[in-house]
Amino acid sequence: MSLSRDDVSKVAALARLALSEDELEQMTRELSKIVGFVSLLAELDTSAIEPLAHPLGTTNVFREDVPAASLPVELAIATAPKQDGECFLVPAVLGD
Amino acid sequence: MQPTELSAVELVAAVANGDLTAVACTQAALDRIAALDAGTNAFLHVDRDGALAAAEAVDAKRAAGQPLGPLAGLPVGVKDALCTRDMPTTCASRMLEGYRPPYDADTVARLRAADAVIIGKTNMDEFAMGASNENSAFGPVRNPWDPTRATGGSSGGSAACVAASMVTASIGSDTGGSIRQPAGLCGVTGLKPTYGRVSRRGLVAFASSLDQIGPMGHSAADCGLVLETIAGHDPLDSTSLNEAVPAYTQLLEEPLAGVRIGRVPAHFGDGLDPEVAAAVEEGFRVLEAAGATIHDIDLPHAKYGVATYYLIAPCEASSNLARYDGVHYGHRTKEPCRSDAFDSPLVEMYCRSRAEGFGPEVKRRVMLGTYALSAGYYDAYYKRALQVRRLIRQDYQEAFSKVDLIGGPVSATPAFPLGEKTDDPLAMYLLDLYTVTTNLAGVCGISFPCGFTGSGLPVGYQLQGPALAEPLLLRAADRFQRLTEWHRRRPTTA
Amino acid sequence: MPDTTDTAAPYQTIIGLEVHVQLLTKTKLFCSCENRFGAAPNTLTCPVCLGLPGSLPVMNREAFRLAVRAATALNCTIAEFTKWDRKNYFYPDLPKGYQISQFDLPFSEHGQLEAIDPKGAFPPRMVRILRVHLEEDAGKSMHDEAAGTGDSRIDLNRTGTPLLEIVSQPDLRSAAEARCWLNELRLLLVYLGVSDCNMQEGSLRVDANVNLHIPCDGGRVAKTPIVEIKNMNSFRSVERALTYEVARQYEEWQATGKELGSAPKQTRGWDDAAGITRGQRHKEESSDYRYFPEPDLVPVTLTADQIDEVRRGMPESPRALRQRLEETWQISAYDADVLVGQGRALVNYFETLARLVEDGKVASNWMQQDVLRTLNERGIAIADFPVAAEGLATVIGRVKKGDFDTSRGREIFAEMINSGRSADDVISEMGIAAVGDDELMTLCRELVEGNPKIVADVQGGKEQAAAGLIGQAKKKNPNVNPGKVRALCLEIIRGMS
Repeated sequence: MSLSRDDVSKVAALARLALSEDELEQMTRELSKIVGFVSLLAELDTSAIEPLAHPLGTTNVFREDVPAASLPVELAIATAPKQDGECFLVPAVLGD
Repeated sequence: MQPTELSAVELVAAVANGDLTAVACTQAALDRIAALDAGTNAFLHVDRDGALAAAEAVDAKRAAGQPLGPLAGLPVGVKDALCTRDMPTTCASRMLEGYRPPYDADTVARLRAADAVIIGKTNMDEFAMGASNENSAFGPVRNPWDPTRATGGSSGGSAACVAASMVTASIGSDTGGSIRQPAGLCGVTGLKPTYGRVSRRGLVAFASSLDQIGPMGHSAADCGLVLETIAGHDPLDSTSLNEAVPAYTQLLEEPLAGVRIGRVPAHFGDGLDPEVAAAVEEGFRVLEAAGATIHDIDLPHAKYGVATYYLIAPCEASSNLARYDGVHYGHRTKEPCRSDAFDSPLVEMYCRSRAEGFGPEVKRRVMLGTYALSAGYYDAYYKRALQVRRLIRQDYQEAFSKVDLIGGPVSATPAFPLGEKTDDPLAMYLLDLYTVTTNLAGVCGISFPCGFTGSGLPVGYQLQGPALAEPLLLRAADRFQRLTEWHRRRPTTA
Repeated sequence: MPDTTDTAAPYQTIIGLEVHVQLLTKTKLFCSCENRFGAAPNTLTCPVCLGLPGSLPVMNREAFRLAVRAATALNCTIAEFTKWDRKNYFYPDLPKGYQISQFDLPFSEHGQLEAIDPKGAFPPRMVRILRVHLEEDAGKSMHDEAAGTGDSRIDLNRTGTPLLEIVSQPDLRSAAEARCWLNELRLLLVYLGVSDCNMQEGSLRVDANVNLHIPCDGGRVAKTPIVEIKNMNSFRSVERALTYEVARQYEEWQATGKELGSAPKQTRGWDDAAGITRGQRHKEESSDYRYFPEPDLVPVTLTADQIDEVRRGMPESPRALRQRLEETWQISAYDADVLVGQGRALVNYFETLARLVEDGKVASNWMQQDVLRTLNERGIAIADFPVAAEGLATVIGRVKKGDFDTSRGREIFAEMINSGRSADDVISEMGIAAVGDDELMTLCRELVEGNPKIVADVQGGKEQAAAGLIGQAKKKNPNVNPGKVRALCLEIIRGMS
């Protein structure tokens, strides 16, 4: 199982990771190797097996609809790399 | 009495009856960290003032005749993956450098409520991704038994700070072996509780269906003591088990007579270091001597564990780490973001911030997970991994119908030299061979020292038990430690 | 009845709607922050809805209850097992980088709701509902061109608000049908107490998918590419946007002949001021949401009994209520629609009134002419209306008894509304006393005697001339009942001959 550079480049775009040419090259090599390894699972016949996404068998966990205090706005935005005292700021989100 | 030489059980008793003050214990821990940690790098942050203030509060409480919490005065190191409102929480990542959360993790809140003294935040592999602690953005942790060697990971700092007696106990997290493996390589005892036994609230998520917080200490009894405090239902974690917490330390007395322990012959294959194999086999003899019976069993799908894990964990991680995008907290690129190579300045900001903030292993896993979940690959990778996960869990269910616990190695080798495996991600992944299946099945496991190599490196023994079998797991490990002295050995670093 | 599927049009319009509705809970879906519109930016957030590292969601019981209630009213099959999934995409108003939504096992599927036009412009259209699922809302991105900073501002107050996504099958055949269907949906959800469905505040949002099926030579049907229309902020704009888009697609098809499959699905935004849809910038990377089961939540199960219990507890739907009002009170479909459209509390007022005055039509007329006008003028809800149904019933009862006429009754009612006083108080205060039979007889005799010309006209067969007497009677005593005056005068004149 090997991935093309183009595959890896598309995945990087999806994962929002800017990779340099060198990193892309190395990532392609490494991911190909890892994907080749995990493809070991293909040798098992799993057609009749239900996927198990979670180890817990519990269901129906709820909380009651009772309000609690929110964070003060200063604290909510305190950690933001860029803010104006009220809102988080990001490079322009184009109207759509 | 030198506080740093005591077990947690002894130290808490000494503080409770006035033989030691919490301040003395805290000061001793701080002094030892000051003396040793420049070489070890176990701590990313030491909260000297906060720890002393907490210790003074404990002593004041005692002086006023108020009841003390069950961990009163106990110096604890907390893995930097757990949120602390008064200390940075970085997950050893540039992405979260300097980040201070506005809330305490449930485990941290429980430690504080029990009057434990949180000394600082321990080093780890970035976002808990790694098996050597070399993936920390702030430098690797050095193994107290041999500073040229790795501690294992990802809770390497939590293992090393106990091994070097800087603190009496610590908190780690285990997604595929991240408590047990460094415990084994550093000669301490580390428990990965049943999934859901300890609240994950405030644990920075790596792989949510696998992550579990657990205690590390010098002995099973110490781990039991800390687990009594940190385990329990948290209504704010939907996956937290609503089950009563046993008094683990009160349940250690019953002998092991009649306890059936499974041994998996396949564990002793080619890859296992002969010295490790010998120490682990000797571990079975010790348990036998304690009254247990040993039975060969099979976990037929265990060999698919690593492949299954390295699909499920990266898939969940790729989503869990999407929040680090430079908008609400954490690192944002200083680049102007006006390049035509990206769809928009916003996308460029995302891509650059994440590329700058994450280290290579985190990027690899985010890429792998994104790939395995993407259209066209989901069934072949993610879904198939979930199917094999069920087979692995069925293996355990089958096994636990025949035996009470499963014994065996934690790692195939003792601590390896720093840098030895950093160029080969896959070799690093294979280090998780003996530990990942515990997490995939959601059961519990413990690692404790069962011997030393000729060159003086500790060897770990792993016991795994079914869901919520912590009392038996701790009892078996404690019985082992009553018959052996391995866990009393200390490195000669100072 | 004419079908608004314009039979003259050389194509069939195919419309499906996707509606997002915020639920009326006190708190958000996964945390205890208040679910409230209009607060200052970022004052209703916590580690969970900010997506801070280590935070975990816990499902709001009330949100799930409301969701099941809504889906049951939409005739959906409620799943006995449902779970949540992560929908992964990057956007600054989505702080976790994924939305907790439902993918392959939504809590409900396969419902239906009829689009009904009260004016009968088209026959009722049954619209199938593909699925209804429960997810979390995102925050808001605001871009202020005027500020000129080039930055967008992010407010996360809305993040994590419980949201129902209701997806219809493409069963609607005209813009008017779409609007009626939305009205019916909104009314139903408001009646259930599930949502306030306020489009201005964004608690109800609509996207529409539309294309055309165009019969061609040889029996082949050409299908135009599906367009998704966004940014419609009222039901009226939904109707306008769809009407515009249908015409645009037909023109485009005539010009280019482009069909479904030859072009990717397009998203167009509605520009209300310009009255047109505009193509939106096509995103380079097609969406790949990488759904997978949300590991931080556990599934929810319901037993068949619990599902039945919800069904049994359903209140009367607006549709059933309209039918019952028509049948019970003999009012027109149009009147029933107006009353039901005002909400359950107003219908209750009406029904109390109708029961007290034992006349649905009269009660309905008073509701529409007097009560609704006042509510609209004052911008208040029926709950805040100053006169109870009993008070209005007293006035109507006195009118029916003949104590005064309808216009006098309306004056009295208006005064009751203004002063908040009882009917009896207002009547006596305004000096409106019932005119006694003797008093009336005396008055009528005087009128007949004083108007020989009118008497002659009446005797000559022009009974309508008696109207002149009524006018004079009201001048002498405003409380007289005109009908009674007329009858009595005619009787006296007849007795004279």
